Amino acid sequence: MSLADTAHPAPTPLSRALHHARLNPATVICCALLLGFVLIAIFAPLLAGDPIKIDPAQRLKPPSDTAIWGRDHLGRDVYARAVYGTRVSMLVGFSVAILVTILGVSIGIYAGLSQIGGAVVMRLTDAMMAIPAVLLAIAFASLMNAGLLTVIIAITIPEVPRMVRLVRSVVLGVRQQLHVTAAISIGTSGLPLVWRHILPNTLGPVLVQATYACASAIIASAVLSFLGVGLSPEVPSWGGMMADARQQFRIHPVLMLYPGLLLSLLVLAVNILGDRLSDALDPRKSRRSTL
Amino acid sequence: MFAYLAGRVLSAIPILLLVAIFIFSLVNLTPGDPALLIAGDNATPAQVEQIRERLHLNEPLPTRFAIWAGNALQLDLGTSIYSGQPVTRLIAQRIEPTFVLAAVTIIITVLLAVPLGVIAAWKANSWIDRAIMGFAVLGFSVPVFVIGYLLAYVFSVNLKWFPVQGYSPLADGPLDTLRSVLLPAVALAMVFAALIARVTRAAMLEVLTENHIRTARAKGLPTLRILIVHALKNAGVPVVTVIGIGIATLVGGVVVTESVFNIPGIGRLTVDAITRRDYPIVQGVILFFAAVLIVINILVDMSYALLDPRVRG
Repeated sequence: MSLADTAHPAPTPLSRALHHARLNPATVICCALLLGFVLIAIFAPLLAGDPIKIDPAQRLKPPSDTAIWGRDHLGRDVYARAVYGTRVSMLVGFSVAILVTILGVSIGIYAGLSQIGGAVVMRLTDAMMAIPAVLLAIAFASLMNAGLLTVIIAITIPEVPRMVRLVRSVVLGVRQQLHVTAAISIGTSGLPLVWRHILPNTLGPVLVQATYACASAIIASAVLSFLGVGLSPEVPSWGGMMADARQQFRIHPVLMLYPGLLLSLLVLAVNILGDRLSDALDPRKSRRSTL
Repeated sequence: MFAYLAGRVLSAIPILLLVAIFIFSLVNLTPGDPALLIAGDNATPAQVEQIRERLHLNEPLPTRFAIWAGNALQLDLGTSIYSGQPVTRLIAQRIEPTFVLAAVTIIITVLLAVPLGVIAAWKANSWIDRAIMGFAVLGFSVPVFVIGYLLAYVFSVNLKWFPVQGYSPLADGPLDTLRSVLLPAVALAMVFAALIARVTRAAMLEVLTENHIRTARAKGLPTLRILIVHALKNAGVPVVTVIGIGIATLVGGVVVTESVFNIPGIGRLTVDAITRRDYPIVQGVILFFAAVLIVINILVDMSYALLDPRVRG
């Protein structure tokens, strides 16, 4: 740690991590990318034309002035669909991350503080984690009515147990710390205990896990649309575009390339941010091997 | 050791029961009447009623669950709505491609990921380490169907080294089988290998700072021997754990990969069943996969006892 760092009045792990992460070029690039995707999602109508309009006369037309990435098998503007597809990915990614955090933290803290409740919750998460997440999401999304909310719920459910377990393990550790036992011994309990002493300690790991949940939710939503589950096929989404492109895959591989590339780029940016955050929060990161 | 194992197996039973309850309620509490679906559009109300009776759909939910779970214990998972075949037979017919794909994937993954993780830890913070870890982040960021189509385009469509789609059964010659699953297995292995390489690196970094490694170096043992005998063996527990955890992800990946490469395995069976709302298959397959994952986790726990003598005590 440099001298400048010690000048700060006792930085919390989280603020130290944010300070550390800010200086890294990879972090800056990923933040810029993510911001770019957010802006594309918000301002999609300004950036592209109609993503839904079908024009059979224009089927599979190569790139032109009106459709710079060409047209798909129904004559729809590929560029417009790709731009609007950002919306589904971003909405699902962020909504799932937020929902998983809220549910995971509340259930996890409860499981960490209550002995019997904790045991019950742990067995339930055991059972849920025994079901492959993608299968659970596909099954759930296909059984409910199609729509964005269904997709978000279907992806959130299998993600919650991991967060619950993480939060519980942090809480179990924090409970042993002196400041918490001291707080309990002077009669602090209930919400004030959780709010002042336990919640702040879970923030770092929760933030990292939420970032990973966001990345895997973006992939999961693409998988669902790719398999034709959850969203109506006319809603522009990257996974749906790839599913549409399957028939023309040998002759028109670019139809698959554009959504695939955008999807990978977005997930990569989110995952790298998660990694930087996790490295920054882990003081052992700077340790070198002796070999 | 035996008591440990027995306890582990016994603890799996309530988990499997919970999974069964969970799947059953998921499928049965959702809107839609399966009897109407089976009977088809032209059925008379009497026919629909007959089907309801045959499938016990008029019974209360707990009774229906008891019937279903009781049959499942006798390996009877019901019959498919669409084809009328027993679900267990359908799973048995489709198990070979899925098993071969998963096995080849795991072999490729371990051969690729463990050495990469060891090298990354050995050369920690060098450009080699950064390159390997960059590859790892890429691996689990690019969705398996994107990698799948990329590989299919380069190696099947352009270079024509592999069949573009489909599966060649083991009975027609294992070499053809290998050729048909190699691309999907590599696509799947990318995701899986990324995870395992990272954990291997982290576990190795931990072990490499320990005193016995310094002693081994001081004795002048060759680096390779230290890395493999002294370090990797001690890093084994987390690596094996993550291989076990990764298999859950792998199963999800198999479902998608089988759709991309048109492999007639259990994944395809599930996706087809879901689009046709063939709910006995959906229930049966999820229960089957959950049971497989639970068994694998027990095997992983058993391997701890082999890798780490402290667990045996």
